[in-house]
Amino acid sequence: MRYLTARKRAEGKGASGTGTEHFWYMKMSGVGLALIIPVFLVAFGRTLGADRAGVLDSLAHPAMAILTALVLFFGLRHFAAGAQTMIEDYTHGSTRRGLIIAVTVLSYGMIATGLFALAKIAL
Amino acid sequence: MVQLTLPKNSRMVTGKTWPKPETGGTMRKFQIYRWNPDDGNNPRVDTYFVDLDDCGPMVLDALIYIKTKIDPTLTFRRSCREGICGSCAMNIDGINTLACIYGMDEIKGDVKIYPLPHMPVVKDLIPDLTHFYAQHASIMPWLETKTNRPAKEWRQSIEDREKLDGLYECVMCASCSTSCPSYWWNGDKYLGPAALLHAYRWIIDSRDEATGERLDDLEDPFKLYRCHTIMNCTKTCPKGLNPAKAIAEIKKMMVERHV
Ligand code: SF4
Ligand code: FES
Repeated sequence: MRYLTARKRAEGKGASGTGTEHFWYMKMSGVGLALIIPVFLVAFGRTLGADRAGVLDSLAHPAMAILTALVLFFGLRHFAAGAQTMIEDYTHGSTRRGLIIAVTVLSYGMIATGLFALAKIAL
Repeated sequence: MVQLTLPKNSRMVTGKTWPKPETGGTMRKFQIYRWNPDDGNNPRVDTYFVDLDDCGPMVLDALIYIKTKIDPTLTFRRSCREGICGSCAMNIDGINTLACIYGMDEIKGDVKIYPLPHMPVVKDLIPDLTHFYAQHASIMPWLETKTNRPAKEWRQSIEDREKLDGLYECVMCASCSTSCPSYWWNGDKYLGPAALLHAYRWIIDSRDEATGERLDDLEDPFKLYRCHTIMNCTKTCPKGLNPAKAIAEIKKMMVERHV
């Protein structure tokens, strides 16, 4: 029993001053991905059935390499931002903070791994 | 936080079936949630029969019939009986609505009535709306001005006044907020559709001079951005209002001042 007034509970710690940036980023990255993912799928799909050298050749092409890098970066950042929203929806307290850190680390880790692999192929 | 099961002491059990009135009219079966904080028992669902020939057409008429003629302990809120006071909101046939303007003829089969979802229950069909009202108070539901008070009145054009249509009619029944999964899971921080509709009503009031402060107060991942456009609020509002649109307009204004 803490004898807090209802108003005090409703106000909580007040507004954090963030939120719009995340909301806007989700919209922007969503629109961006809607444009580049189909192009990536078509371009990458053309290599289906090719041998290993053929696939590596296609990924090494500058346009394809840049497109793949964009898909990797924005896809995984969009995933992390979306997953953060889900985590905030369904968990509380330290679990929430721990999971947000985990998903952020995971996304940057996957981006770094993907870009490293791509650099090895393309450069 | 998400809760997919009810706590043990909130699980419902089958309740009492009350005897049919011996009036010989057309009977309609009602299944109604009952819980009394004083008896220490789990909530139960009681069954009642209402003589439609002796009762008005609305669900609230049936509840009043039951309270007057069958079981005076059945507890619910009501006042105006015409959809104006907002006190008779409850979950009827799976829909959050006002019992006084919801016709029994709109329901197929037995009429099932529960309190508004995911709220603490005071007794039977009465939810505890303390937090809901405090959230409404927190958005400062009044005109905030900085200019000296004019000699006569704060003036507003007809066009600006029209912008408040579809907002000022809200009767604070809480049907929308309690239909929203985001409000169920994070209602401690998320303001919910009703409070946000009211926030927007004051944000776009041409006479209000605290627009920036009002938006600042909502700049938060929880207070505002827990809205995921699920739209249950708009679907359920018994007054036909569109809280989801009001929330979308607030987000739009947030982005406009950001980008
Ligand atoms: S917006 Fe509609 S459902 Fe929500 S509180 Fe107001 S009248 Fe009730
Ligand atoms: S009794 Fe007033 S809204 Fe139903």
